[in-house]
Amino acid sequence: MQYLDFEKPIADLEKKIEELHELSVSDEVLKPELNRLREKADQLRESIFTNLTRWQRVQLARHPERPYTFDYIHHITDNFVELHGDRNFADDKALVGGFATIDGRSVMIMGHQKGRDTKDRKYRNFGMANPEGYRKAYRLMKLAEKFGVPVVTLLDTPGAFPGLEAEERGQAEAIARNLKMMAMLRVPIISVVIGEGASGGALGIGMGNEVYMMENTWYSVISPESCSSILWKTWEYKEQAAKELKLTATDLKELNIIDGVIPEPLGGAHRDWDKASGALKNQLLESLDRLKKLNPDQLVDGRIEKYAAMGDWTVKEQIKSNEQA
Amino acid sequence: MSWFKRKDTNIQTEKKKDMPEGVWVKVPATGETIHRRELEENFWVDPMSGYHFRIGSHEYFSFLFDEGEFTGLGDEIHPTDPLEFQDRKKYNDRLIDTQKKTGLTDACRVGIGKMNGLDVVIACMDFSFIGGSMGSVVGERLARAIDQARQNQIPLIIISQSGGARMMESVLSLMQMAKTSAKLAQLEKAKVPYISVMTNPTTGGVTASYAMLGDFNVSEPGALIGFAGPRVIRQTIGRDLPDDFQTAEYLLEHGFLDFIIPRPKMKQKLTRLLKLVLHKYESG
Repeated sequence: MQYLDFEKPIADLEKKIEELHELSVSDEVLKPELNRLREKADQLRESIFTNLTRWQRVQLARHPERPYTFDYIHHITDNFVELHGDRNFADDKALVGGFATIDGRSVMIMGHQKGRDTKDRKYRNFGMANPEGYRKAYRLMKLAEKFGVPVVTLLDTPGAFPGLEAEERGQAEAIARNLKMMAMLRVPIISVVIGEGASGGALGIGMGNEVYMMENTWYSVISPESCSSILWKTWEYKEQAAKELKLTATDLKELNIIDGVIPEPLGGAHRDWDKASGALKNQLLESLDRLKKLNPDQLVDGRIEKYAAMGDWTVKEQIKSNEQA
Repeated sequence: MSWFKRKDTNIQTEKKKDMPEGVWVKVPATGETIHRRELEENFWVDPMSGYHFRIGSHEYFSFLFDEGEFTGLGDEIHPTDPLEFQDRKKYNDRLIDTQKKTGLTDACRVGIGKMNGLDVVIACMDFSFIGGSMGSVVGERLARAIDQARQNQIPLIIISQSGGARMMESVLSLMQMAKTSAKLAQLEKAKVPYISVMTNPTTGGVTASYAMLGDFNVSEPGALIGFAGPRVIRQTIGRDLPDDFQTAEYLLEHGFLDFIIPRPKMKQKLTRLLKLVLHKYESG
């Protein structure tokens, strides 16, 4: 288990418990002390994880042992058939998807895919998709529509890839076209942020009828680091940027941007993949049931109304209605 | 109450204004100077080098709308500070200061009027307002512009100039990409033409939503157009970028623009294009 800096007290205690546990196997006298420490560890975890700062959530969202898209697919679906390629240029390894079943129901499930070790991370381009990734997503969503299958998208990217070839092949156009397509898609779309929801790269597959975030994830127009470098002209202010950006699941629920927060096991999804997957699956089943009752027109209208209502502004009487230069 | 009361109470007239102070203006591309009047008469384009000075909604409206006349839409929508965002400066103070400095209320204005006799809805961004960044107000004004075009079957032109989404509105500004794209999807379904005009610069979330979604994507010469900024890309790939990288000419070459249009010819060419798709030549 890899511990984050703010988890250090927990790490120390867990190490002690482990040592004591080994000793207690031969010495019964140590049992009460062991139980006391375990209780203390629970309390410590509870107190640390109920008072996380926004920056700490960002760190948890990036935890290298968190479940990624394929992990969730393997935990919550059966019969998964992965589909490759955008039919134009390439198969993007950073954005994956295919048909599968969840509790016997067909879905199209797709998401950004990060790598686990150094080699794998490079292979998956750190979860940063190129235009062909977004165009593959386009193709798969249109396939789902053709066969009347609901779409589930899992968002986990530090951003769309900012590379020379990505620009050359139209990164912006690929994302823009997906947004317009998703608005009109005649099957349900359910989107869930499972890690990092960085800007257009995340939204490019994320225009759900319903949108959820796992408890320890972030979703924002920009990463705290980039925000710091632009607005403060230095990388030093990432923690404050995270605070100002209001980018956690509870923030977005309060802002009415997402429909709900999916609880994670105490300490984060990486501590218990089964439990995290179970919570995600429950939410998906509930949403699938609800959206199944809507006809295609209702799905499209509902989706467009949902996004049209987003934003915050005020109405002021005009001071000069007849402006003359 | 008189029955002939004028329906449009909000007719505005744009006169040409707002250029660098002083009679003589330096052309950045060449270092030469040009008389301000000459520049204005040539649509703020240097006749010698073809350098396009950046202009805002006031100037675009003044020459795209016949006689510079139009009815404003959504002017009453003003920005708020929903996240109480603060970097080195409070967002709220930044808004007030920028409004004072620019005389604008946010980074996009919408006008309904005639272009060479043709009804059009034109939305134009202003780079001078926090880098032309797209926040909730830009999204809402554009949404209304698009609705207006759809409901009245009037062609839509959006002139973009923007550094991207407005960070100080975080996820709310991100969602403006979804909002404007959804509205454009409806416009497409209604078969109303939409021309996206990209000017220098058009980047980030604006490019990745409405700017790239035109039936026709066009640009002024030399404009910077892209998703990621060149500095970020250089850092990511660790090598130098081609000289013409992310210019309008580069995008045309890679298939993302229909054509590049010098500003003095813009009005005429956009009108011709719209008349073609609206079958106006056949009825005339």
